[in-house]
Amino acid sequence: MAVNHDAELIKLKVNSNMLFKVINAFKTVTKGLSLTLRHFFAAKESRTVRSINDPEYFSQDTGITTIQYPHSKLPVPDVGRYQLHVEMDDCIVCDLCAKICPVDCIEIESIKATEAIGKTSDGTTKRLYAAKFDIDMAKCMYCGLCTVVCPTECIIMTDTYDRSMPDLTQMIYKFSDMTAEEAEEKRIALDKLNAERLAAKQAAAQQNLPKQS
Amino acid sequence: MSFFLTYVLVATALFAFTAVFTLFALYSERKISAFIQDRLGPMEVGKYGSLQAFADILKMLQKEFIVPTAADRILFILAPTVIFVSVYLGFAALPWAPGLIPASLNLGIFYIFAILSVETLGILMAGWGSNNKYALLGSMRSVAQMVSYEIPAGIAIISVVMISQSLNLQEISIKQGILSPDSMKFLGLWDVKSVGGFLSWNIFQAPHLIIAYLIYFIASLAECNRAPFDIPEAESELVAGFHVEYSGLRFAFVFLAEYSMMFLVGMIGVVLFLGGWNSPLPNIGSFKMATMTTGLGWGIFWVFVKTLSVVAVQIWIRWTLPRLRVDQLMSFCWKVLTPLAFLCMLISGIWQLTMMQN
Repeated sequence: MAVNHDAELIKLKVNSNMLFKVINAFKTVTKGLSLTLRHFFAAKESRTVRSINDPEYFSQDTGITTIQYPHSKLPVPDVGRYQLHVEMDDCIVCDLCAKICPVDCIEIESIKATEAIGKTSDGTTKRLYAAKFDIDMAKCMYCGLCTVVCPTECIIMTDTYDRSMPDLTQMIYKFSDMTAEEAEEKRIALDKLNAERLAAKQAAAQQNLPKQS
Repeated sequence: MSFFLTYVLVATALFAFTAVFTLFALYSERKISAFIQDRLGPMEVGKYGSLQAFADILKMLQKEFIVPTAADRILFILAPTVIFVSVYLGFAALPWAPGLIPASLNLGIFYIFAILSVETLGILMAGWGSNNKYALLGSMRSVAQMVSYEIPAGIAIISVVMISQSLNLQEISIKQGILSPDSMKFLGLWDVKSVGGFLSWNIFQAPHLIIAYLIYFIASLAECNRAPFDIPEAESELVAGFHVEYSGLRFAFVFLAEYSMMFLVGMIGVVLFLGGWNSPLPNIGSFKMATMTTGLGWGIFWVFVKTLSVVAVQIWIRWTLPRLRVDQLMSFCWKVLTPLAFLCMLISGIWQLTMMQN
């Protein structure tokens, strides 16, 4: 134990020796410089752009890593979870996606149809028109919650990404396939139906009134 | 009259050279740093980004001159000019080839060293005039560093001057090659007067000058304010150091001064230690490579090749080593470099008295 302690003391003394320090500095500087020089000469060639699925993905350990982005892109998986897309034919306008969205980037305005409009591809009956189905891509944070809650799986994440726009309002994607006139027409139809029903109700109430008194 | 015209022409040529060199060095520094870090560097402007530096200077030219309200206007506006001019004047006394020197001064190296010290003043003016705490801190650090490192650099230079017995840079260059009128000895033993080449460079005439050159090189890095001695600019602590308030062309001038300084100190080192415009190829028997590659054109070529290699090493070091702490910087200068430089000077004296007297 004592010997060990002495050895350590000697080591300390040697370490604090100026000459030793200088030599050590030279050694470490040479090591660093040779490392950067190796990288400098390895920069003769670039690593090829490979998908993560490629078995050779981890085998390239030298060369330039830069991907010159707009000119070449890193391949993304087919099932990539990037920008949202809505298949309007399958949408039943249930508003669940808008409700679960943590950043409120989905805005839906629904109009009740006067009768069943049709069926989605999985057989669910559609009873609502989507007058407005806007997704603000600038707000979306790609959590994917909307795709989970969607009962008909009409809102999905696609493999497209990087849609830069010169104006922020252009980032609001409008998925609704109805024109304003069509929406107005449906609204009037609904109002008319509601009015008819109200009138029928009132008429029924009028008939019932004398009986009770 | 044509006398003055020559002066103006030479001055313009030197200025053009510093500007072109700065653009070139900017581009190469970006590329070298990129390759070291496994990147590509600028690629978009021109083929392989070759016009990037021009795009940058174009941008700089269009920028507004901003003077902070609380700044000392006169000092602030004058400082970049002082910084650049002091470096630029240094170029006047540097020999480019046999017989080609803008101003052949007897006190060449002394003059350059004196004029370079003025840069410190410019940096202090910039820092004080900006009325910005970071700028002031940066300039104070810069002054402390440059004044300290001038001592080992100066003493390393003196040890060369003792061997060469001249302050005239042209004469120092001549004495390192086949054009020398005196005898030269490789390592003090073998007369290489007719052989020339790298064997007759100062660092090989007297091998302790290799250490002197290392000292000079390290000190010159500190005088350029370049990494690992870039504490005056320390981006992570001081934003950009003494030039934090500068914009547009004034900032460009500070930059110009920094890169010209790199070339200048590199070239001083080349002239003093690495044979200046002398060819590195020796005469071997009937194969007269040194005689063949000595001359006006070759001289300029060799100076360029040597100096650019030194600048490349400066860049390489910058992108490898981390920044030193202030106290490490000072203790390294005063406790390691200065004593070593004195030792070199002592050996130079002994060498001059024992090996070179005959």
